[in-house]
Amino acid sequence: MAIDFTPTGADLELKNVRKDFPGFTALEDMDLHIPAGEFFALLGPSGCGKTTTLRIVAGLEEPTAGQVLIGGKDVTASKPHERPVNTVFQSYALFPHMTILENVAFGLRQRKIDEPLKKAMDALNLVELGYAAERRPQQLSGGQQQRVALARALVNRPALLLLDEPLGALDLKLRRQMQIELKAIQMEVGLTFLHVTHDQEEAMDMADTVAVMNKGHIEQMGAPEALYERPKTAFVSKFLGQSNLFVGSIAESNKESLSIEVGGHKITVPKNRAEKHTGKICIGVRPEKTTFHRTAPKLGSDHVVVGPGEIIDIRFTGVSNQYLIAIPNVGDVTVFAQNVGISPVIELGEKVWVSWKVEHSFGLSDLPAGNEDE
Amino acid sequence: MKRLTLGKLTLPAYSFLAMAFMLIPIVYTIVFSFNDSKQRTNTTWQGFTFDKWLGVCKNPDVCQALGNSIFIGVVSTLIATVLGTALAIGLVRYRFKARALVNLALFLPMATPEVVLGAGLAGLFFNAGVGAGMTTVIIAHVVFCLSFVVVTVKARVQTLDPVLEEAGRDLYANPSQVFWKITFPLLLPGIFSAALLSFSLSFDDFIITYFNSGSVETFPKYVYVLAAKGVPAEANVIASGVFIAAILIVLISQINGAIKRKRMLGK
Amino acid sequence: MAFAAFGSSPAKEHKSSTKSSKIVLALLLPGLVYLGLFFFTPLMSLVITSLEVPAASYAPGAYEYGFAWENYVEAFTTYLPQILRSFFYATVATVIALLISYPLAYFIGVKLRPRPMLQRLMLVLVIAPFFISFLLRTIAWKQIFSDGGAIMQTVYSLGLMDRSQHFLGTDAAVIFGLTYNFIPFMTLPLFTTLERFDVRLLEAGSDLYASPARVFRKVTLPLSMPGIISGTLLVFIPIAGDYVNAGQNFLGSSKTTMIGNVVEFTFLQNQNYPLASSLSVMLMAVIVALIGLYVRSSGTEDLL
Repeated sequence: MAIDFTPTGADLELKNVRKDFPGFTALEDMDLHIPAGEFFALLGPSGCGKTTTLRIVAGLEEPTAGQVLIGGKDVTASKPHERPVNTVFQSYALFPHMTILENVAFGLRQRKIDEPLKKAMDALNLVELGYAAERRPQQLSGGQQQRVALARALVNRPALLLLDEPLGALDLKLRRQMQIELKAIQMEVGLTFLHVTHDQEEAMDMADTVAVMNKGHIEQMGAPEALYERPKTAFVSKFLGQSNLFVGSIAESNKESLSIEVGGHKITVPKNRAEKHTGKICIGVRPEKTTFHRTAPKLGSDHVVVGPGEIIDIRFTGVSNQYLIAIPNVGDVTVFAQNVGISPVIELGEKVWVSWKVEHSFGLSDLPAGNEDE
Repeated sequence: MKRLTLGKLTLPAYSFLAMAFMLIPIVYTIVFSFNDSKQRTNTTWQGFTFDKWLGVCKNPDVCQALGNSIFIGVVSTLIATVLGTALAIGLVRYRFKARALVNLALFLPMATPEVVLGAGLAGLFFNAGVGAGMTTVIIAHVVFCLSFVVVTVKARVQTLDPVLEEAGRDLYANPSQVFWKITFPLLLPGIFSAALLSFSLSFDDFIITYFNSGSVETFPKYVYVLAAKGVPAEANVIASGVFIAAILIVLISQINGAIKRKRMLGK
Repeated sequence: MAFAAFGSSPAKEHKSSTKSSKIVLALLLPGLVYLGLFFFTPLMSLVITSLEVPAASYAPGAYEYGFAWENYVEAFTTYLPQILRSFFYATVATVIALLISYPLAYFIGVKLRPRPMLQRLMLVLVIAPFFISFLLRTIAWKQIFSDGGAIMQTVYSLGLMDRSQHFLGTDAAVIFGLTYNFIPFMTLPLFTTLERFDVRLLEAGSDLYASPARVFRKVTLPLSMPGIISGTLLVFIPIAGDYVNAGQNFLGSSKTTMIGNVVEFTFLQNQNYPLASSLSVMLMAVIVALIGLYVRSSGTEDLL
């Protein structure tokens, strides 16, 4: 089967992919479509199946059921060396018995491309490691090995590049730098990148589209901002950033919004930001969208107010102050207040009210664990 | 632990004594290879000479036996190494149902007494109408070397991260290329140790060889037969030579490994 | 098991992948077929031969197929002394080898850990006897302990033994030779186990008020059991079947014959194949039983 090395990326499609291992199911009903040229992030906690998905796309695992299509072609039965896909492995997987130049040239040699060493050298220069071409991988630092692994994959101009938590072992500064470089390379060459990670900041920063995975299936997929501002499930709301969640049965419902009653407070969400419109629902709000007040605020129906409650914890994180407020019959509510230079205005034990705009509420399609007693 | 100063010394002292004890016959053999024994026997010390080392093949029987042993060793090592490496890779890399049975089947030859194996093979060859000779010896040697090769290579395969082979496949190498360009070079030290081990076992084997070699003379057979009358010094020369060569190979490979490790950690 | 100590440096191990395919067969089949042909078939042929009866012609070496179970009875009764002696030697030699090897293995495996170069050197020295011809080693001892040799002369002049007594040709000499030759086989598995031994457990033991002797009995010894067991198997079995050490030309005499010697002369000289085979089968049966016990308690993964 001749491999078509298109100068730009190809799209990836997973249809109904299922993967069973003896004893458990890693992937169930995976449906995915990544358009060509996109930087796509697969985000999730360890064990959610994201690495399995990657391996199935690379051809290193066979799906129990379903299809894998690259550039419209069904590659489900193809072996890894027959697919126009390259992987940057989490442990880099550099060949210890070859110089890094030979490592990078390996794929080119296998495909019998002309001037493999020259092209390999170009790739090494791209990641600023040309000077180390004759060294062995064991002589390089983690960050350098990481870049060699990247060069080794990129030099083959694959239609689809898979990255398995490639930045995990790097320190913060290096990671930031690599994130910028990766994104730049991807945009310049137009390759399709599938990046697997458990680091949500990384996913949101680099990707055009993020898919949040949990327990073998995709919970929610979309542009980073959309995902962040409007999470649809309790898992996504907690995994991506932090959320305050409130559970209650629907008390009021009109054309535009829904409200639940919690501990004597009315918590409202616009209907077009609510997944579920009947029965018991969960409404949430991001902590940075909330503010606290020292006296009971007088705000209109476009705001939600809860309180009074006592401040039980204050954390200073440089950029912001994080307050934890215990409101009787409601629960603990987190408020992020950006550190705009005003010295701490509130102290532990003080009594405050919390408010936010209704338009910032989001309604989930499910309930947080422990609340399902419908 | 200061009060145990005497106790602290006992273990090292004991160990060095034990080591010295182990080396006594070796030293004796090497020393007597320099014995200026006028007769064919080599039991009493008669003076120091290099003659036996220089003219080791003046005694033609010894060198003939040595040549046979080397030939048998090389051929059986080749066969055992190929078969054993394949088995080791299969055992480590793949999961299959008959695993316990295969482990047992490979262990038994190591645990079988040489008389049993020797007699059994001799009987088999006899019944099959195959005369005992070079072929039967080589076949017999492969049998007992095989499991040792598997054990040694298996240990090496287990340290080989499968992700390296996956990376090879990801980079367009088909299974055969993955093996020759990635797996094999990385397994080479283990395969080399296994080959060395196999050769030493084959070279030194007596019992199984005795039952299955017919008229082919090997070095151990030669020594055994002469044990009654007296083993000539030339035999000591050969044994000492083999010993020194083997120790050198082992020491060199250990030092080599140490240097490599230091170099990698240094940069 | 033991030889793994030389195969590679202790690095992390990786689990086997779940790919099962024709590749597995291609890898395993040649070796297994070879063993099937040249290991298992001979064993079966031994069983068959052990049941044969003398041919009608009564020519030496001529036998026919039969079901002569009485061959076993005859072999057992005729050579009971040798059988018992073999197991006696094997037991004593194994125990002594264990007692000698354990402290040595402990020293190299535990005490020398901070000095890996020295550790490797000591290991090379332990297996060094392995590289010099087994026969010549034994002959060396024979000459060292010969009546005219320095050691025996000293013993005689000190009056420890009478001049009519000898060392060579006694049970003690044979056991000595056997023990010596198999110490490396005991030391290596012990070393492999002790090398992985977590020394902090000893500290924990003494922290909990145990005396050194107690710590040894309750912590070190149980945890080194796998090494002890594999060492014992690796030593006891070959010793039981050995015949070189006990041979008259080496360290033994006509009074120290073992099963191996009997098999040798009944097979090669007397050409009494059924007898030789039945002895071999009996020896093998005991060994298989021992291995069976081991496998039942510890499984087969550690065998190789």
